[in-house]
Amino acid sequence: MSNNLLFLLFIGALVGASSGYLGSFMVIKRMSLVGDALSHVALPGMALALTFGFNPMLGALISLTLAVFGIWYLGEHSEVYPEALVGVFFTASLAIGILITPEPELFETLFGNIESIKFVDGLITIAASIIIFLVANQISKKLILGVVSEDLARSTGIKMQKVNLVYLVLVGLVVSLGVKFIGTLLTGALVIVPAASAKNVARSVKGFQILSSLIGVFSAITGILIASFLGISSGPAVVLVSIAFFVLSYFFRS
Amino acid sequence: MNEDILLSVSNLKVKLNNHLILSDISFEVRRDDTMAIIGPNGAGKSVLFRTILGLLPHEGVVKWSPSVKIGYVPQKLYVAKDIPLTVAEFLSFKESNFDKILQVLGQVGFGKRENILKMKLGVLSGGELQRILIAFAVMGNPNVLLFDEPTSGVDLSGEETVYQLISKLQAEKDLTIIFISHELEVVYKYAATVLCLNKEKVCFGPPRKVIDKENLEKLYGEDIHLYRHH
Repeated sequence: MSNNLLFLLFIGALVGASSGYLGSFMVIKRMSLVGDALSHVALPGMALALTFGFNPMLGALISLTLAVFGIWYLGEHSEVYPEALVGVFFTASLAIGILITPEPELFETLFGNIESIKFVDGLITIAASIIIFLVANQISKKLILGVVSEDLARSTGIKMQKVNLVYLVLVGLVVSLGVKFIGTLLTGALVIVPAASAKNVARSVKGFQILSSLIGVFSAITGILIASFLGISSGPAVVLVSIAFFVLSYFFRS
Repeated sequence: MNEDILLSVSNLKVKLNNHLILSDISFEVRRDDTMAIIGPNGAGKSVLFRTILGLLPHEGVVKWSPSVKIGYVPQKLYVAKDIPLTVAEFLSFKESNFDKILQVLGQVGFGKRENILKMKLGVLSGGELQRILIAFAVMGNPNVLLFDEPTSGVDLSGEETVYQLISKLQAEKDLTIIFISHELEVVYKYAATVLCLNKEKVCFGPPRKVIDKENLEKLYGEDIHLYRHH
């Protein structure tokens, strides 16, 4: 196994672990579709980055951060969550992204290309994953209490608006880490599918979070290995492995 | 603020989405009081609760005594069965000391059922969930407890137990209780003071003094017969 493949497996494992961990909250917050659609917003940002010659991960992060603030604002300031509006906004982002992405790079941005991950991307991923785990761990109890009852959480002094915003920023960050090797169309799946699988079998929140992270890690590693040996795109391979875990988990439901 | 007064509300006005929900509400809650809030559906009872908890914007003054520590039991919760949150994990959000969790479990009647700690919150019966929420509220040693309809979602046999539990906790822990109820019978039995609410204050005082035909009609209008029989 080459050093480069080992490096890619390590980076993939980190993205899988952070996506799985953050996805565990997203699934019980009933925000799975937002998580999926959010990854599409990365495309216009990546397209602009490619056009102007800066790191596509940074481009993705900028457009995702803007989208996250938009979702957060609508969620906190509307009586009824404007799901349809969010759907329209995300599909519009995808359409604009496809139009403005330079054609040679379009396939790569949509489905990912593990070969395009450079050493500096690896360093960014390591730093960002550490931040994601530390911050998410800090707000974990608050987020889950908010799922049980937002009023109950707020009555104990938790600033739920702030907690929700921090959480969404972390989701934006993890999606921007995944876009290079999974692609903008499928990165959302790495946030949702491991968590949905773990939820089938978990008997406690702690077990749920650990299992979701582990399934994320195994999906990424196995998918990258399969893609490398068969010479196929890494994104679909990783997602299909995670879906295999989901099917398996269905038979071991708690 | 008088030492004896725990909560003072004056000229409270609450608007939500430009609809006036509450207007001109003034009352005081004394230490160790048990106060019931009654009124028809849509009277603004839960809105009043959420406002005094500081969860909603308002005009007027809501002033708690500086020494106050609030425990809150929300109206019936629907916790999805598939959320893998155990009772132990839920309670540990408020109290990290396991011995204290066990102690409070005993106080809410689960002394001999410690296995409930491993159960998911979403699979508990209405009565069990209510007692776990009460345990959550009692942890952290509050001196005032707020209950939003303590027995909604609890079957008839469990209703009396919940009120007996509240009464027992009040005696043991020297608590002030404020609760919302639909049942006049419960108000007569457990409340020392009642606030009758129908978007504004209709009456306030000891239940047997202030709940009369005229005030009930102001509260419930033509539906009065639904409430008289309790």
